[in-house]
Amino acid sequence: MADPSKTPTVVADGVHITYTVHGGHPGGRGGATAALGRVLRRRTAPAGRRVHAVRGVSFVAHRGEAIGLIGSNGSGKSTLLKAVAGLLPVDRGRIYTHGQPSLLGVNAALMNDLTGERNVVLGGLAMGMSRTEVRERYDGIVDFSGINEKDDAISRPMRTYSSGMGARLRFSIAAAKSHDVLLIDEALSTGDARFRRRSQERIDELRAEAGTVFLVSHSNSTITQTCDRALWLEAGTLRMDGPAEEVVAAYEEFTAGPRAK
Amino acid sequence: MTTTLAPPVPQTPTPAAPTEDLGALARRHGLSVSGARPSLPSYVRQLWSRRDFITAFATARLTAQFSQARLGQVWQVMTPLLNAAVYYLIFGVLMNAKSGVPDYVPFLVTGIFVWTFTANTVQAGTRAISGNLGLVRALHFPRASLPISLALQQLQQLLFSLGVLAVLLACFGELPARSWLLAVPALFLQTLFNTGVSLVLARLAARTPDISQLMPFVLRTWMYASGAMWSIQNLATSGRFPEAVVLALQCNPAAVYIDLMRFALIESFTGAQLPPHVWALAAGWALLAFGGGFIWFWKAEETYGRG
Repeated sequence: MADPSKTPTVVADGVHITYTVHGGHPGGRGGATAALGRVLRRRTAPAGRRVHAVRGVSFVAHRGEAIGLIGSNGSGKSTLLKAVAGLLPVDRGRIYTHGQPSLLGVNAALMNDLTGERNVVLGGLAMGMSRTEVRERYDGIVDFSGINEKDDAISRPMRTYSSGMGARLRFSIAAAKSHDVLLIDEALSTGDARFRRRSQERIDELRAEAGTVFLVSHSNSTITQTCDRALWLEAGTLRMDGPAEEVVAAYEEFTAGPRAK
Repeated sequence: MTTTLAPPVPQTPTPAAPTEDLGALARRHGLSVSGARPSLPSYVRQLWSRRDFITAFATARLTAQFSQARLGQVWQVMTPLLNAAVYYLIFGVLMNAKSGVPDYVPFLVTGIFVWTFTANTVQAGTRAISGNLGLVRALHFPRASLPISLALQQLQQLLFSLGVLAVLLACFGELPARSWLLAVPALFLQTLFNTGVSLVLARLAARTPDISQLMPFVLRTWMYASGAMWSIQNLATSGRFPEAVVLALQCNPAAVYIDLMRFALIESFTGAQLPPHVWALAAGWALLAFGGGFIWFWKAEETYGRG
């Protein structure tokens, strides 16, 4: 895969990610005495469960690629994406990136009690734009989200938005900036058909602006339409890496298999 | 889970198979390791470049705070006013416990407001990371932005309280004087101190969320020991405690900042009631807390947001 004509933007080299889960102890050891006992035993033992979410994944992503991540629930897709963004530390292996990858999660942090207006500004600043940049792009963001089409929704607090409207505004804010590497976690599954088409166009634009896009989605059609390459994760390991159509076809066969029996 | 763990040997070709050294490839193209902690100078630079975000976040929090209330932002002024009224009613009228302090009500209200600033900042610090995990896990920015921003929010809130305080002081015959200007450096040092402590607690509480359960008790003890409602100086004259204990109480940072503020605002509160070298003490606490807290917070930068 070492094509000299392509510039790598993300390199994952044998990545392992584990994390510790507090609470929810196996075997119902949730009692106060058990907790006290654990504290006394310096909470090393069963204070948290270790989850080995990603097991030795390696890949090279290049400039201009759109890569879909597929796999069943709990296969480590979102965890891997967070690690690429540098938001979760890896246990073993390394992730190298060009510039700072930005994660566009569905729950990007905005304040529900504030108006859409102020959230656009806050979100832009949070992504590292300057005040002037935010001012320049403000209209573009609001227009793109389309939440102002029916009424003056942008001046209402975000808690009054429908979930689709909120997701659209969040996507618009995050997509306002061109990123070296943009990571999208299920963002396209919300919003109506028209917004989905528009956001797809925006992703294409972002790719054209010489970035790399990662997309996690459970919608196989979204993956094949938006991405040209796909990674299939299963139980934390990379099962397949190749052109989106082929990988999705293999994945569909795999998921249909157990049910057919 | 419908699937079982399958070995990664599908029948289709896997392009990642040729194990050329990926690390070397990455270095050849000048890629950097994701999620590594920046050096202290570059961390400070990053933080400075996020100053707009820090102030906007503080203001946004302040605005959002009362947005569900009918009266909205009026509460910014109402809360300190009601607080002052309660303390005046209890201590000034009911108990008439002036306890040998001239101008007891200005003394009390100044103490309470200045203390509340420290207490709220410290309390906010414990939730700076643990209460904003969504933000931490979604976006990249120097994490110290959060505790600093929350400290700034408390400072903004204090300015409202100080407005109320000025009116109250005027009602009790303390008219604005040149000495009031001393409040500015005192507040500045107190803000530095508060932010430093808040940074320390942000890191502690990010790893051990239980800290925030413990904080109210620690803070209450600290408040009673800092003379927010009573005069440490009177304790000294009563002779019930050795001088060293009184001096230690007076040198505790909260007491230092409270007394400096009283010294600045209240005429009958003279320099004789301050501990020796009080400004050096105030500056020392501020630098120690802020410098130490900032570096200590930065040392764990890459671990914040971990599951």
